[in-house]
Formats: sequence, structure tokens, C-alpha cells
Amino acid sequence: MSALQRSLSRIPWAYVGRRILIAIPTLLVIITVAFFMMRIAPGGPFDGERKLNAATEAAVKAKFGLDKPLMQQYFDYLIGVVQLDFGPSLKTLGKSVNDLIADGLPISLAIGFLSMFVALVVGTAMGIFAGLRQNTVGDYSVMGFAMAGISIPTFVSGPLLILTLALGAGLFAVGGLGTYPNIGMTFHNMTLPVVTLALPQIAIISRLMRASMIETMRSGHIRTARAKGLSERDVVLKHALPSAILPLVSYVGPAMARVMTGSLVIERIFGLPGMGSYFVDGAINRDYTLVMGALIIYATLIVIFNLIADVLYALLDPKVKYD
Amino acid sequence: MADAMDLTGRTEPLQQAMAGGRSLWDDARARLFRNKAAVVSMIILGVLIIIALFGPMVWVHDYKTQSTLIKAGPTFDNWHILGTDFLGRDAFARLMIGLRISLAVGLVATIVSLIIGVTWGAIAGFVGGRVDNIMMRFVDVLYAMPFIFFVILLLTVFGRNIILIFAAIGAVEWLTMSRIVRGQTLAIKNMEFIEAARATGVPFFTIIRRHILPNVVGPVAVYVTLTIPVVIMAESFLSFLGLGVNEPLTSLGVLISEGAKEMQDKPWMLMAPALTMGITLLCLNFIGDGLRDALDPKER
Repeated sequence: MSALQRSLSRIPWAYVGRRILIAIPTLLVIITVAFFMMRIAPGGPFDGERKLNAATEAAVKAKFGLDKPLMQQYFDYLIGVVQLDFGPSLKTLGKSVNDLIADGLPISLAIGFLSMFVALVVGTAMGIFAGLRQNTVGDYSVMGFAMAGISIPTFVSGPLLILTLALGAGLFAVGGLGTYPNIGMTFHNMTLPVVTLALPQIAIISRLMRASMIETMRSGHIRTARAKGLSERDVVLKHALPSAILPLVSYVGPAMARVMTGSLVIERIFGLPGMGSYFVDGAINRDYTLVMGALIIYATLIVIFNLIADVLYALLDPKVKYD
Repeated sequence: MADAMDLTGRTEPLQQAMAGGRSLWDDARARLFRNKAAVVSMIILGVLIIIALFGPMVWVHDYKTQSTLIKAGPTFDNWHILGTDFLGRDAFARLMIGLRISLAVGLVATIVSLIIGVTWGAIAGFVGGRVDNIMMRFVDVLYAMPFIFFVILLLTVFGRNIILIFAAIGAVEWLTMSRIVRGQTLAIKNMEFIEAARATGVPFFTIIRRHILPNVVGPVAVYVTLTIPVVIMAESFLSFLGLGVNEPLTSLGVLISEGAKEMQDKPWMLMAPALTMGITLLCLNFIGDGLRDALDPKER
């Protein structure tokens, strides 16, 4: 059997199946609650400074299907969602929610995945470093940094980084996706948002990793490895790391959810046109369909990441049994 | 209680027996006070709380009076020691009110989550069986929901108001609390003293209140101190997005967001609330960590 086959055979398919079966009603509940909440809300999307005259209002409502009975609208919407059609945006004329999401999602995902990657690499390295040097200066400085990372929210660290590194030192873009010829998701434009979003996660991951490393280094199999006369490097890399990293794997799912939530603020601070800014603007402008679409995408992503993290955990830890 | 002691052959009264040794709580307190970071944090936090509570009453300016001095820098003229904001209101007075609101949100929302989480977890753990299963699956399903998005929806639908922020954030944060309490309850409920209480006919809710809850206080206290900064951050997160408390009230998140707009020319407008927020959260986290080390000797 190849390594791939062996790994595949270890995936608890029944468990995955059951998790997907739970995910569907979860998403359905989210869609339903969100749909009716937006409809109960006082004030509609077409309430402006001036009241529209009756005929215009009726025409607008008919155009967006808001004149139909509520239940009819609900089922129409559900059918649309199943076909991945989130309807027209109520506020952005001529654009569908799909268009807006297609614009914003790649930016949000890019920020999210890059931050997660940075957080995992840096956080793990710092955690191992601190865990192996428990109660030394190195340990204290890493833990001090981690404490600051947990305590300082991104909407504080973001502006401070802009103030120092962008406005002060001029190293990076202040915000946005740049002006010609630096347009797009370049190193210059993306570094600060990604680092800002990664900071709290670096802090949490390094703390987790440190605690787990300390615990592992005290366990029996490490004593055995040392007794065999392995070099300290082999003891750490081959014997301690694989078991110390396990608690981290189960954190990846929640971390991804936090990163996506955090990107709402990051996109606001750095003026990036991602999903998060569409969601917040949509919520403030009562663009029902846009908010719903964004919410459903976010919820689906979070459910998927949690699932992947759990399956990964099952793959890596031979002790985990799913009943 | 004294009778039960007599049956086990120990004749000395309970208080006397306790007076001899140090209780778990004495030990914990001693360990907590040996933790320098935690002690310093408690002092700083105490000062911040006093400033937030009484500062606005004694300060020369109040937080909503506008003046023609727009976005002035820090000056001792007229006692605008942190300058004024975009409506000419005294920045220091607003900072104190913002701190008060942020701390209040942290406290109240945490209490909301404490009440829901402890009740839910204790009942699930103590009743066990199918009830436990259903209650905890419900928590699992809620865990999968992107809650902050729902809070944003709630706030846009029902309008921004501070009570709703309290309730909404509290209702989000109770999930972990209920899991912790359930785990502790499961561990305790099969111990002999619970069986004894049940055998002597102590009613269900009295057992939970008198025997289970006192034994889950430790982990819950730790989690509470670590929840307060999370809640404060959540409120500021909403405020930063423009979904927080209404004018003329303010919170640290609102002040930070206002300051961030002006940071290029008037960095003090950002620095003052940002530093206050950072220090408050750092203190709370240090106290939480210290409490955890103090109450859980295994963690050392």
C-alpha cells in the first residue's frame, strides 16, 4: 500500500459523512434565521431620504420579487442558494450578489490563507523555541510577545503598523490594492494586512505549542528516546514534534474562523475590497441579498474548515476514535 | 455537617480542623500574590476601574459638551490634556467614559454568559444520558455558527443599543463556559459526597447549587477572567466597524476608530485610546493567567 492509500484508509469516512449530514441542517438554520431576521427588520432597502411614490415602489419591489408572499420568497431563495445563485444585489445596481462575491472572495481568501500560513509557521517555531527553553529569558520574551499579541486587538495593531512601517518608514502600502504600477495583491500591498491579521493567531499558536511541547518533553517516550542515546535534535524533531503538534491541529479549524472574522476589520483598516467590507457595508445599507450571500459563504467556509481540521486530527492521531 | 463528621470518627468540629491547615483557597491566594505580573496587573486595573467610575464625575470637562476647539492637540490651557475630538469635546473625558463603557460591557456580557453557560453545563452534566447528549449537540451546532456575523445582523436589524450588545455578546460567549462546567460536573457527580446527598434526599437543584457549583468555581473563575477581555475586544470590534454604542456615548473601540482616521496628523488621538485598551486587556489577561496557575497546581 502506498502512503497515500494508507492515509486515505485512515480517514473515518462514516464520521465525515455524519459531519456533513450535520452541516446541512446547520447551514439551513443559518439561512432561515438570517432570512427572516432581515425581513422582520424595520426599514427596507428602498427607504431613502425621499419616499418613493407608490407606483415606483411597487415596480421596484416586483423587480426584486419582494411583492410575493414571504414563504414564496423564502423557498425561491433556498432554491437559488442550492443552485449557487444568490440573486441580484438590492443596492449595487446591475450587479448580482454572485458578482460581488466573486470580486471580494479571492481577496478575503488570499488574506486569510496567507495569514494562517504565516501564523502557523511563526507560531509553531516560537512555541517550540520557548517550550524547549522553559523559564529562560528566551521563553519569557516569546511569552511576553504572545501576551501582547493576544491583548492587542488588530484594530490597534493595524493602525500602529501603518503609522510606523507605512507612513513612517514607507516600506509598505498604507492601504488599498495600490496605485499604478503596483496594482493587485503584491507583496507591497498585502504584507501589512496579512501580518496584522496573523499577529493574534501567532500569539495563540505559540502559547499552545509551548504548553504542548513542555508536556511532551516530560513524557515517557521522550525519556526512552533519550535513553537510546539519540541526539537531542532527533529527540525533538522525530519524537517530540509529531506528538506535540497534535493539539495545534484541532485549533486550525477555529483559528481559520477567527481569521475570517478578523478580516472584517482588516479590510476596513486597510481599505481592501474583500468580502468582509461587502458584508459590513451590506449590513449597514440593508442590502438583504448581499448580506445573506456573504453570511452563507462565511458559514459554509467555517463549517468546511472545521471538518477538515477534525479529519486531519483523526489522520494524525492514532488514539482518536470516533464513535 | 458536624454530625457527618462525627460518624467518620473525627470528633473535632469542622472549623477547628480547617484552622489547622491551609485550605485550597489559601494556597491559591498565596500563589496568586507571588505572581508579580498578576499583582501589578491587579493594581493597574484597580486604578483604571477607579478612574472609569469616578473620573468623569470629578473631571473639569464632561464628555458631551462641544466647543469650538476642534481636534486640538494636548494642552494644559483649559485642561484639555489629551486634546479635543472632531466636535470639540474633551478627549480625556471621552476616554474615561469609553473605558467605563468598555469595562461595563465586559462585565455584564460575561455575567450573561456565566449564567447561561453554568446553568446549561451543570444541568447537562448532572442529568447525563440523552438530555446531556442533546444539550451538548446543540452547543456543537452553535459552535459551528459564525456568531459575530449574527451579532452584526442583529444590530442592523434591531438598531444599535447597548443592552442588545450586552445580551448578544453574552449569548455568544456561553458555549465554552457550558462545556467546562459540564466536564467538571461529570467528574464530580459520581463522587461519594454527591451520592450521600442524594441518598439523604437532598432535592435536585439544591444538589447542583450546594454541592456541584462550589466545586466548579475554580475553572469557571479562570475562564471568566479570560472571557472579559474577549468580550471587551468583541464590543470594540463592533464599535470599530461602526456598529457599537450610540453617540454621544462612546467606547474604546469607537475612540480608536475615530483616532485611526486622524493618525497621520494627530497620532495622539489614536495613541491614547489604543494604549488604554492595550493596557486594560494585558492586565486582564495577566490576572487570568495568574489565576489559572494559582488554582491549578498541575499546570505549573
